[in-house]
Formats: sequence, structure tokens, C-alpha cells
Amino acid sequence: MREIVMQMDNVTMQFGGVVAVDSLSLDIYKDEIVALIGPNGAGKTTAFNVATGVYAPTNGRVLLRGKIIAQGHPTGKMKHMYAGTHIGEYNKLISHTPDKICQMGMARTFQNIRLFKNMTVLENVLVARHMRLNAGFFQSALNLNLHEERRLRRECSDLLDMLGLSDLMYENAASLPYGKQRYLEIARALATDPRILLLDEPAAGMNPQETDELSDFIRKIKEDFNLTVFLIEHHMNLVMDISDRIYVLDFGKLIAEGTPEEIQKNPAVIAAYLGVEEE
Amino acid sequence: MMKNTRSGSYAQPQEKTVKLSTVLSALVILLVYAAVFVAEQTLPSTSILFTVLKKGATYALVAVSMNLLNGFTGLFSLGQAGFMLIGAYAYGILTIPVEQRMNVYQYYDGGIVQFALPVVPALIIAGLCAAAFAFLIGLPVLRLKSDYLAIATLGFAEIVRTIFQWDKLGFLTNGSNLLREYPTFNDFNIKGADGEVTLYLSTLVPFIIAGVCIALIVLLLRSSYGRAFMAIRDDEIAAEAMGINLAKHKQIAFCVSSFFAGIGGAMLAMYQNTVQAKAFTSAMTYEILLIVVIGGIGSVTGSCISSFLFVACSEWWLRFLDQKQMIGNFEVPLLRNGFRLVVFSIIIMIVVLFFRQGIMGTKELPDLFKPRRGGKKPKRSVKEKAEQAKENAKEALQAEEQITLTAAEAAETGAAVAAEAAGEEAASLKDKAEEAKEALKEALAQEAAAAAEAETVEGGEA
Ligand SMILES: Nc1ncnc2c1ncn2[C@@H]1O[C@H](COP(=O)(O)OP(=O)(O)O)[C@@H](O)[C@H]1O
Ligand SMILES: [Mg+2]
Repeated sequence: MREIVMQMDNVTMQFGGVVAVDSLSLDIYKDEIVALIGPNGAGKTTAFNVATGVYAPTNGRVLLRGKIIAQGHPTGKMKHMYAGTHIGEYNKLISHTPDKICQMGMARTFQNIRLFKNMTVLENVLVARHMRLNAGFFQSALNLNLHEERRLRRECSDLLDMLGLSDLMYENAASLPYGKQRYLEIARALATDPRILLLDEPAAGMNPQETDELSDFIRKIKEDFNLTVFLIEHHMNLVMDISDRIYVLDFGKLIAEGTPEEIQKNPAVIAAYLGVEEE
Repeated sequence: MMKNTRSGSYAQPQEKTVKLSTVLSALVILLVYAAVFVAEQTLPSTSILFTVLKKGATYALVAVSMNLLNGFTGLFSLGQAGFMLIGAYAYGILTIPVEQRMNVYQYYDGGIVQFALPVVPALIIAGLCAAAFAFLIGLPVLRLKSDYLAIATLGFAEIVRTIFQWDKLGFLTNGSNLLREYPTFNDFNIKGADGEVTLYLSTLVPFIIAGVCIALIVLLLRSSYGRAFMAIRDDEIAAEAMGINLAKHKQIAFCVSSFFAGIGGAMLAMYQNTVQAKAFTSAMTYEILLIVVIGGIGSVTGSCISSFLFVACSEWWLRFLDQKQMIGNFEVPLLRNGFRLVVFSIIIMIVVLFFRQGIMGTKELPDLFKPRRGGKKPKRSVKEKAEQAKENAKEALQAEEQITLTAAEAAETGAAVAAEAAGEEAASLKDKAEEAKEALKEALAQEAAAAAEAETVEGGEA
């Protein structure tokens, strides 16, 4: 059996009366590129937010490399409002903050770019290495870890070099063109040394040529960094091109799962998504 | 809050320019210290200049400590006066000479503390006491949304002020009575056998204490932790997603900031010769907040410069507004006790409303010596260039505004310190404005070109 890197078991996320994600179960295997698609408002970003610890699931659980990183069941007022299923299966509450989950090897990018705007490109990447710092607070605060700092800067500038951002290293992150900002977000996520990388609409706002370049790029970093990739995307060319498997979400519910060929033929998918919006 | 599009010298500087700008900055700082030393030996020690310099150095440290939190970590705290009070009292209580205790604590049988520490350890303990209080407040509050911190710290400052005046604690705090007789800045002057001062150090020493503390803060800001703080300020959600433990890092920033505010409080005690809890009001915190805003939120250099300007205005240059002035038989209207504060408030409102970036924006001293980047920029599409140029043009307008401000400041005051600072400032800003004006011209040309290009493309497609 191949190793499962990330697993969601019956995850439900309910905001007030809105069930954004409804009993979602999925498995991401090592070395896969898996896509999560679905119309706007289907709950894709919410699923990412639950996986990365931004929201605690209303019900269900998430596992990262075999460890439960989030588990919950409806509590308080939600007990009465809960509109999902699988009640009573996840009694123990477990939750980790996003930083802990990141340290455990899951990194992400954001649909609406979230760079550190007043910092340079290099500093943006350096921030992602902070949690792996060897020096203690006082050693670092007094700038006594010169060797380590130098090493960090070298590593980060090498990383930027690999991603074609090295000539922008000292530019302010906010001054970068849009496309480059997306690449920088990926660079920053890679700097955290992830096992699995979650990309939320990485091709948003890109033209077809840039989208093609991005496909190659994602494949390349997957190889170079030994990654598993889980991505949300609307550009069907990219999705069909690079995904090993695809999950389709509609109104929070999983409506299909399979290889790109299977998904393209799936009538439910065509009805809910492909037929309506794209092509 | 107010953010600049360009980051200050915390950015990894470009290889070659780093040395020159750092060396020049070090030189400027050295010159300031040398000037202070020389002035102190030559000018009469009663000169108001020294009052301004001593209090300015004290406020500079407190302002930088506040900037560390509000400007660099994005946490809005209003507890500075409270932490200063704790520092001031800790220092006073620990350093009053044993033989003076009976006299100072006359209503409390000499108080409970019956030893006296040397100045430096007492200063460090003063900082640690403030930091310990910060830690306790931070535990519950820093986990909540950041707005709560302002309310909690403001409340804390008021409570501390009351408790320190409480007579049941008089054995420690001397109740509502003054603490005095502890070592002050004047005690750093070296006296000869005849009691005459042979070497004046009472201004240089506060400069050294504040300088060392500010240097430590700058080192912290340049470290990996400093980057983490700024990441939290720029985008908390992203910072957390990149593995930064928000609660821990906010707690560190809060405690470090309070540590230095505590030392600042001890310095204020030394400056004032006596200390009383009553004086540490929230008005003091607002003064410091204003210094931070005027200097530039996110600029250590700005906080330092504006501290001296602020203290000079309030203690010296605007004093005349509080006195009745007669020109012949004519009494100048409005000039009477309290008018200074009105003028002061108006100046501050103007700064806050129209010069949001403050004196320095997010720039630091070394940035002023760096040649403007250019030439090495990667090639960009015409459109991007045009857009960049437009932004530069906007900056030009801002820079021009600032020039008028600083120039006006210099003209109005006519004082040496301000003139120097303003001159430097104006020179660098003028460069910037001129460059940006050129950029504006370029932008217009480029826009035209871009439009033409777009037309040809569209034409071709059609
Ligand atoms: N924090 C929140 N509070 C309330 N409703 C939310 C929240 N986040 C997402 N939602 C709702 O959940 C649904 C799914 O949103 P989202 O996950 O962003 O969709 P997608 O990423 O698939 O476009 C939407 O109806 C949205 O309004
Ligand atoms: Mg989304």
C-alpha cells in the first residue's frame, strides 16, 4: 500500500446555518498531484482551511502522515444547528494551530495572495525558515548566530534562484507583478520544507501561456522537492494536464472522484460544473 | 496602520552599498555623541539644551520600545506609562542609599527594603519587573483579537498608577509620597576634591544608556525574530501559516517592549530627580504614541529624531506661547497659560492628518545614504513600467509635501538641532522628489507608448 500523506474523514464545516463542506472524505497519496475542483462557493477553500488548521472542523477529522491533526464534533449551540452526518464518531477534540501544522509538513498558498507586503522577496522566504531556526531567542536577537543567518540567506537565495526570482530578491514583495507574486507565495511555502503542498488557485489571473508555464513548474517542484501536491484550480487545461486524480466538490459535497479521463466523462460533473461554466 | 510601500533598512541591503551607508550612519551617530560631550563641557550646565537632550534621550528609548510593538509587530498597546512607572519605581526603590531610607520613607519606618543596588543592575531589574508584568497581562490578552490589547494595557496602566499610591503598600512604594535621593543623571558628573565638577557626564550617560538599549532593539529587529514580528504585522494569517507561533512571538515582542519601557521609566526617574506614581498618566502614553506617529511608524530613526523635536517643542521652543507678551502697550492676544498645548495639539493634528508617513516613513538612517536603486532593475513590460512610474510620481508629491513640512519646521524654530535634521531630511527628499518627477515624465511617455502599442495590437487582431 502506498503511504497516505493527508486524509480527511467525513469533514463537515458549518458556519451558522451554512454547511460549507459536507462530510468530505479524501485521501492524498505520496507523490501524487491531486486536484480539488468545483464551482465557486463549493467549499474548496474552506476544505483547505480546515486541513491547515485555520478552522476547526465542525465534525470529522484530518490526518497528516498518520497523525490526527484536527478532530471535532459539534459543541455548544452547534449541537442543535448541526446539519451534517456522522455524528458521534469523533468524540475526542483535537486541534492544532496552523503554525504547528505547517511545522508538521503541510504548507499552503492563498487564493487571495497573502505576501508580507512591506518586506523584500528574500525576507518573505526567510520568514518561512524562522520556525526551523537552531539558535535560541537571545542568540538570534543579539545577532550571534551569524553563521546560521548566512546559511539561511544562502539557502533562500538559492531557492529563489531555482524559481527564477533571484533578480527580484531585494525588491519589495508588493512591487512584484501579479504573476511573480504567485510564484513568490509558492517559494515561501517551499521554504517551510513541506511534505505536502496545498495550492489554492495558483493560476488565478494568469493567461493561457502563463498557465502552461505554471503546469511545468508545478511538476518540476514536485520532483525537485519530493512533494505531494494538492491543488484547487479553475483552469481545466492545467487540472487535466497535471493531476493524477481529481476530486469534485459541489455545494460542499463530493460528487465525483477519479482520473482526469473519468472526470471529463462523468455526467454528474458535467452537469454540475463543466457543462455550466467552462468550455 | 500606516504602511510604506518600501521597506526600511531591515531589508537585506545590496552588497556594495551596505558598507558605505553603514559606515556613514555610524559616523553620524558618533558625531552626535561627540557633540553632546563637547557641548556639555563648554556650555553652562543650566542650559535648557541639556534638559531637552536628557529628556529627549529618555523619550527616544520609550518611543522606540513602543514602535517595536506598534510599528514592527502590529500590536496596538497603550500601556507604556504603566510599564515606565514600574521601571521608575523599581529603580528608585532599589537604589535609594540605605542611610537615606529613613528620611525618604519617613511615614513608613524607612520602608522594607534595606539595601541599595548599583545603577546598572537596578536598571536591568527595573526592565525585568516591567517585562514580568507584561508577561502576565500577555498570557490571557495576546490570545484574543488584537484590539483587546489596547484596552487591557490602558486599564493596566491606570490600575498600576492607583496601586502604587496605595498606603498599604507604602512600605515598598512610599504611598503617595515622592521617592527621592536615588542616583540621578547629575550624579554621573565627576567631581574633584573641592566638590567642583571636573567632567560633565550627566547628559552623555543617558545618551549611552538609551543608545545601548536602542542598539539592542535594532539588533533584535534585524534578526530572524525581527522578521517574524514584521511578518505578523504584515499578515497574521500568512505568518501563522508559515509556521510562526503567533502567541509566542507576540508575547516576546510585548515583553521586550515593556522591558525597555521599564528602563525608560527608570531613566525618567533619574531625569526628574524625584518620582511619583501620580505623574504616569495616560497622557504620557499618548505623548509617546504621538512621537512614534510623527517619527514614522516602523522607523527607529524616526522615533529618535521626533523624540528630540517633541521634547524641544514642549519644553523649549513653544514655551513663549504660555507667557503674556507685550509689544509696547499692546498685549498680544491668546498668549497665556495653556495656549502652548493648543498650538501643540494643532501641529500634531496637522501631522497626523496630512503627513501620515511621519518624518521618516519606514526609512532608517542608513537608507538616507544609499544611492537610489535603479539601472539594475529587471526589464519590465511597458505597462508595468508606466504603472511603477505613476507610483513614483505619487511618492514625489508626498516627498514634496514633506520637504515643505521640514523646511517650515526649520524656519520656524531656527534652532540648530532641527535645522540640521531638517536639512538632511530635505536634501534626501529633494533628491527623491526630483527623481520621481523625472519618473512622472517617463510615465506619461510610457503610457502613451503603451496605449499606442495596445491599439496596434487590437488593430492587428481585428
Ligand atoms: N468564515 C466563514 N464564515 C461564514 N461563511 C463562510 C466562511 N468561509 C466560507 N464561507 C462560506 O462557505 C462557502 C464556501 O466558500 P469557499 O470555501 O470559499 O468556496 P470556494 O473556495 O469553493 O469558492 C461559501 O458559501 C462561503 O460564503
Ligand atoms: Mg476558493
